[in-house]
Amino acid sequence: MSFFQMAKTVLSSMFKKPATLNYPVKPREYDPIVRGHIEIEIEKCIFCGMCQRKCPTGAIKVERAEKRWAIEPFDCIQCNNCAESCPKDCLHMHNTATPANENRDLIRDARISVDAEDNKDS
Amino acid sequence: MGNRTIVPFGPQHPVLPEPIHLDLVLEDETVIEAIPSIGFVHRGLEKLVEKKDFQQYVYVAERICGICSFMHGMGYCMAVENVMDLKLPDRAEFLRTIWAELSRIHSHLLWLGLLADAVGFESLFMHCWRLREEILDLFDMTTGGRVIFSVCKVGGVRKDIDAEKLKKIVEVLSNMDSSLRSITKIFLSDTSIISRMSGVGVLSPEEAFDLGAVGPMARASGIVVDDRLLGYGAYPHVKFEVQTATEGDCYARTKVRINEIFESISIIKQCVSLMPSDTAIDVPVKGNPDGEYFARLEQPRGEVVYYVKGNGTKFLDRMRVRTPTFANLPPLLHTLKGVDLADVPVLVLTIDPCISCTER
Repeated sequence: MSFFQMAKTVLSSMFKKPATLNYPVKPREYDPIVRGHIEIEIEKCIFCGMCQRKCPTGAIKVERAEKRWAIEPFDCIQCNNCAESCPKDCLHMHNTATPANENRDLIRDARISVDAEDNKDS
Repeated sequence: MGNRTIVPFGPQHPVLPEPIHLDLVLEDETVIEAIPSIGFVHRGLEKLVEKKDFQQYVYVAERICGICSFMHGMGYCMAVENVMDLKLPDRAEFLRTIWAELSRIHSHLLWLGLLADAVGFESLFMHCWRLREEILDLFDMTTGGRVIFSVCKVGGVRKDIDAEKLKKIVEVLSNMDSSLRSITKIFLSDTSIISRMSGVGVLSPEEAFDLGAVGPMARASGIVVDDRLLGYGAYPHVKFEVQTATEGDCYARTKVRINEIFESISIIKQCVSLMPSDTAIDVPVKGNPDGEYFARLEQPRGEVVYYVKGNGTKFLDRMRVRTPTFANLPPLLHTLKGVDLADVPVLVLTIDPCISCTER
């Protein structure tokens, strides 16, 4: 048994850099493999629905007829199953969290392919 | 005989952010009985197995607990793999072992921090969690997640760790060694901490055996019980000693967990040096599970039992988890008898309770 065991650690900590980051000034850099949020390259998408079938939480909705792809980011658990199963390699996992937004529809990010939008106009 | 009072402990208590409720029957300041009630965070995960594809259920199993999430996923996968007679590639077993042992280090460091906080040693708590953060960074780097890894799947693992990252793991663990030793020395030799823990909540080996204690709780009472000896994963290939103590009190449980951290570091280093060069990390899964199996593995808190029963469809019939905290509750209630009210938080903490696991 002894006293002041912590003193040495405390004293040496006074001369070390802080273990934490000065956050807003110095943002954290994430490793490329960190799973943050899913992004889609809608031009490449063929609306096969594979990602919808592979999603364990049912966060992804694909409507082939309307050429529409949507994700509910609050349901997404970032498992990367959709990106791995995508035959066209158009889904990508980004290493930052879903960006904050006030507009829920924008967050959900329903995307319609360019052809479908063209058809709508005509 | 003094006045009897009932003092409620939890479900919200500063020492433990998990919802366990104990009615402590006190005579003056001494606890003479503790009546537990759980069920505050029941989520019905065992029923959910009937509605989820057995391959997708891994993600649910991982979310049973936030601390040993990897080992829950691993336990579920082991059970299903045994039902389906899948033989994993060696590299997958080694990778699983590395992640499992890193989880053990992270869990024990988290627990040491909570213990320091419970005895009122705030700065020590910060230092424990500083070290734990380095382990979490390793998870971030190797799996892509800090807490929920999503790397285990039925039939292997989903991510490989390349040679560079394996080297980094060993490097981080080697660099941690000196600060880990100075931090853990405080727990084992500081007078103020010893006076809070020594002789509190003594559990004799016979009682531990009779009441079915598991994990560090049983090992601190001198029972050599460790599921890693069963030889799952890569454990048959590595050398390790089961850490035990004889006192059976809070101090002994702390000592066992501290020694296990160093043992885990040694296991990881051995795994890295023995890592097979064959790059296969999974086997294809064909068909659906048909049959039943009990999988047992050693989590940081003790033995977890996964029971799985398949019926030949992609939905399992039944899945049951017996978590270590559930097994450790009867010994806790036994040891609570006769301790001072002020010692209750420390004693409850030394079983390393995970109530979310317990209630699933």
